[in-house]
Amino acid sequence: MFTGFDLDVIQRSFVYLFRDGMTFTLTLTAIAMAGGIVFGTLLAMMRLSSFRLLAAAAGAYVNLMRSLPLVLVIFWFYFLVPWIGGWLIGASGTVKVGAFLSSAITFTMFEAAYYCEIMRAGIQSIPRGQVAAGQALGLNYWQTMGLVVLPQAFRNMVPVLLTQTIILFQDTSLVYVISVTDFLGAASKVANRDGRLVEMYLFAALVYFIVSFTASQYVRSLQSRIAVIR
Amino acid sequence: MKYNWNWGILLDLEPGGSGVYLQYLLVGLGWTLTVALAAWVIALMLGALIGTLRTAPNRWLSRLCTAYVELFRNIPLLVQMFLWYFVLPELLPRALGDWIKQLPPPWGSYVPAVLCLALYTSVRVAEQVRAGIQSLPRGQMMAGTAMGLTLPQTYRYVVLPMTFRIILPPLTSEFLNCIKNSSVALTIGVMELTARARAMQEFSFQVFEAFTAATLIYLATNILVVFAMRVVERKVRVPGYISAGGAPQAGH
Repeated sequence: MFTGFDLDVIQRSFVYLFRDGMTFTLTLTAIAMAGGIVFGTLLAMMRLSSFRLLAAAAGAYVNLMRSLPLVLVIFWFYFLVPWIGGWLIGASGTVKVGAFLSSAITFTMFEAAYYCEIMRAGIQSIPRGQVAAGQALGLNYWQTMGLVVLPQAFRNMVPVLLTQTIILFQDTSLVYVISVTDFLGAASKVANRDGRLVEMYLFAALVYFIVSFTASQYVRSLQSRIAVIR
Repeated sequence: MKYNWNWGILLDLEPGGSGVYLQYLLVGLGWTLTVALAAWVIALMLGALIGTLRTAPNRWLSRLCTAYVELFRNIPLLVQMFLWYFVLPELLPRALGDWIKQLPPPWGSYVPAVLCLALYTSVRVAEQVRAGIQSLPRGQMMAGTAMGLTLPQTYRYVVLPMTFRIILPPLTSEFLNCIKNSSVALTIGVMELTARARAMQEFSFQVFEAFTAATLIYLATNILVVFAMRVVERKVRVPGYISAGGAPQAGH
């Protein structure tokens, strides 16, 4: 079954896989997580806002993103970003946008919708009395949010936010559809060049598994630690 | 900067000769749904089994099922697709592997896509089933035992009927995820909706019309499923239970 297995191909391409591929994957994950949480929190505040229009706009965006497959969203942004770029700088046509920037924008905007739902639940988990107390102390909206509500909401939601980030880490492999060289893209290039599909894809699966599994075990221990304190 | 909108393109003939582009996309929706539904049926059965066994009082059995869940949850769906499509036929005995590789065109990628999506989704179903079982009051299990039911009987007549009625809402969103995730099958050559929108864009150069059409079709499907399931949910709702799964979950 495993006869003719060539483990040497992994050793040969090791540096390329991790220096080019994994670096891209991890950077993309980190940027999309940071951007996604910031935008997601803003979206959540909009969804919970008492301005109907703001709430409706944020709700429409989040529901739209959540009902589309990520692959389609990746295609959308891949073609849309150059047009928006051209429109922003007033160029007559499209502007060239690099693969990294394009995927960073895509994942930030897509994940923001998912982070938004998590943050919304987090904000709603804070008793209303705290907002009232903040207002009674003379804090304005941003102060109440920034000093009272959001720090607690984040703290409650850290495990879920991290779990979502692990899913994001796995999802970044889908940039394959626009031929970007992330970890899986690098593995796939080597696999096709050397005709070693079996070894490379199994190795890629193993690496993804180890990273995600370790991270999810960490989140689980974090979750129980937080649960004890509360 | 100006984009030339041309919505009439949807009624133009597509180069493959199967009809107009709109029809081409709708056939894609058909493939999306066939992949998703076939995968969903398998996922429900497997997921119910695995989820139930994880709560069973046999330590080795539940450990085995936990390993299954962790395995399929921690590998990206795309990588799993490649494993089913490229790797599995190589690892099977030569004759069987060759037979799989020589399956006629749509089935050669359809079968691996369905199996992959089914196992990937089964893990999510299993987690919902487990959470549902664990959310039941312990007294129900005890009452079953006290009435002289065996363990399988308690599960069959007491625990599982309640569980499935409680977890219907999260299962609905898992089904929606299943439909969305079926788009990953385009990487191994299943011509489903997203793949066809992409192909239409390549044939016609009308990028945004193609993707807008696909987006609207996905939205319509979503709304349809949500409404249909809402009817079912209302029918089978357990009186006294508001809803299951109040806690937020990460996921796609």
